[in-house]
Amino acid sequence: MMLDEAGWTALRLSLLVGVTATLLALPIAIWIAWLLARRDFWGKSVLNALVHLPLVLPPVVTGYLLLLSFGRNGPAGRFLEETFGLVLAFRWTGAALAAMVMGFPLMVRAIRLAIEAVDPKIEDAALTLGAPGWAVFGSITLPLILPGVLAGAVMGFAKAMGEFGATITFVANIPGETQTLPSAIYALLQVPGGEDAAIRLVLWACIIALGAVALSEWLARRVARRIAGK
Amino acid sequence: MTLSVALRHRLGDFALDVAFEAGPGVTALFGRSGAGKTTIVNAVAGLLRPDHAQITLDGLRFDTLPVHKRRVGYVFQDARLFPHMTVADNLDYAGRYGARASDRPRIIEMLGIGALLDRRPATLSGGEKQRVALGRALLSNPRLLLMDEPLAALDGPRKAEILPYLDRLKREAGVPILYVSHAVDEVARLADHMVLLAGGRVARQGPIFDVMADPAAVPLLGVREAGAVLRARVEAHGEDGLSTLQLAAGRVQLMGVQAPVGAAVRLRVLAQDVLLSLSRPEGLSAQNILPVTITAIRAGDGPGAAIALDAGGDALLARITARAVQTMSLREGQSVFAVIKATSVAQSAISGGAT
Repeated sequence: MMLDEAGWTALRLSLLVGVTATLLALPIAIWIAWLLARRDFWGKSVLNALVHLPLVLPPVVTGYLLLLSFGRNGPAGRFLEETFGLVLAFRWTGAALAAMVMGFPLMVRAIRLAIEAVDPKIEDAALTLGAPGWAVFGSITLPLILPGVLAGAVMGFAKAMGEFGATITFVANIPGETQTLPSAIYALLQVPGGEDAAIRLVLWACIIALGAVALSEWLARRVARRIAGK
Repeated sequence: MTLSVALRHRLGDFALDVAFEAGPGVTALFGRSGAGKTTIVNAVAGLLRPDHAQITLDGLRFDTLPVHKRRVGYVFQDARLFPHMTVADNLDYAGRYGARASDRPRIIEMLGIGALLDRRPATLSGGEKQRVALGRALLSNPRLLLMDEPLAALDGPRKAEILPYLDRLKREAGVPILYVSHAVDEVARLADHMVLLAGGRVARQGPIFDVMADPAAVPLLGVREAGAVLRARVEAHGEDGLSTLQLAAGRVQLMGVQAPVGAAVRLRVLAQDVLLSLSRPEGLSAQNILPVTITAIRAGDGPGAAIALDAGGDALLARITARAVQTMSLREGQSVFAVIKATSVAQSAISGGAT
């Protein structure tokens, strides 16, 4: 189970990338999920398709599209570098962006289901009691969907931890900078005698993934109970 | 406090076009399902945006305000309590957004929900939920109370549990109450004013005593439900279970009166339970005989006719056959006798504290 220095570095980086991606994606995912669940607007189906695109596209394609747009010569990449001095290509920040994009659809799905389970009539009742729309969301909708939000976050985090194709395409496989757990396992399997170290990393990947799924299941069960008010 | 409502709204095939006023006290919006009752209440609350609206409360333009600024207390058919909050948090919800209710203890006492404060909505019975919902609406310090069939989801005993609270609320709330219902007995018991809706239009409106005694309202209320509402005072409770009540036109003996001696009550006398006689009947088992004058005769679509009667200033309604009208050659202005059976006035039709 003990990892060597390179293994620890990869695990730490994976956790950093996973946590960053999850925290940054969560507010956007809640907003998009709310739009999809509660609003009717022109282009809703287009937005829905865009959100789900990373689920159906080959990850390598997603990674390459990220490189084209967020690379140093890409329009978004150049804008971020000139405005905020933020470079994504071949940095851990880029790995976090790739993880964010890949985990986003899973988050939106879980949160959207939770919002749809909340009766809009209860939100109407809160409006008549004098709460403005944003306050209704904060005091009624959000507490009721919290377990769903957490479950979505866990799924997104697990996806971010395991993301490989888009990450390696967008930010390559640089030890200590962009080499996450899956990239490290892949690299070890490319050199003779790397199997032992790879197996230990695989074990850790399994533990984290199983833990995340178990946590997500447990939280999802609480959605139902919470909305039933028991 | 007067609420003035003028609305036009089209929803598919259904067209709503109504105008009415609701003064102090309870104004009942009565009509069958699909008559547009809930649409009207939702428009007043702001939950529905009608095509055209002019809603004012004492001259204050209401329909341009967002929902949360209207300060209407809305009691829904399904209580719509917040499931993740305790009863106390539900009651105090409006307080978070600036509603100041100075009489919280009185409202909690009036509704009998003091023992429920720490409970979650899921553990409450239907009647308890509805009382909490009522309290929550009252504690939002509303300018207007909207009640959309607050008793419809409850069974008989639960209804009986809430009705006395509504009687009290009506006397103590001090704000106009718009009460939606399709149950004539509730309306007869609670309402001061009545707006009869049919097919998205106002068919009749006015004081409850006038509308309920209007022969033209019979088909709208249903021939079995139509009947005048009378003011009465309890004079005595007899040992044989019969109580004596004083009406404008005389005394009547009725069964099952719960109100104490001296109390003002409302009686609902179904039109089909009133018989007419040209002379004062003798040797009849029915003991309640009132001298009345015919004020209007309205033939129905079927074999029935509705007869409006004046009973010493009170309006009474009788439903007899059109053939009887002919045989007895009844005409407007004629003096006849109305006979009411003591057993025919159901206990549920008698309410205390009526004004």
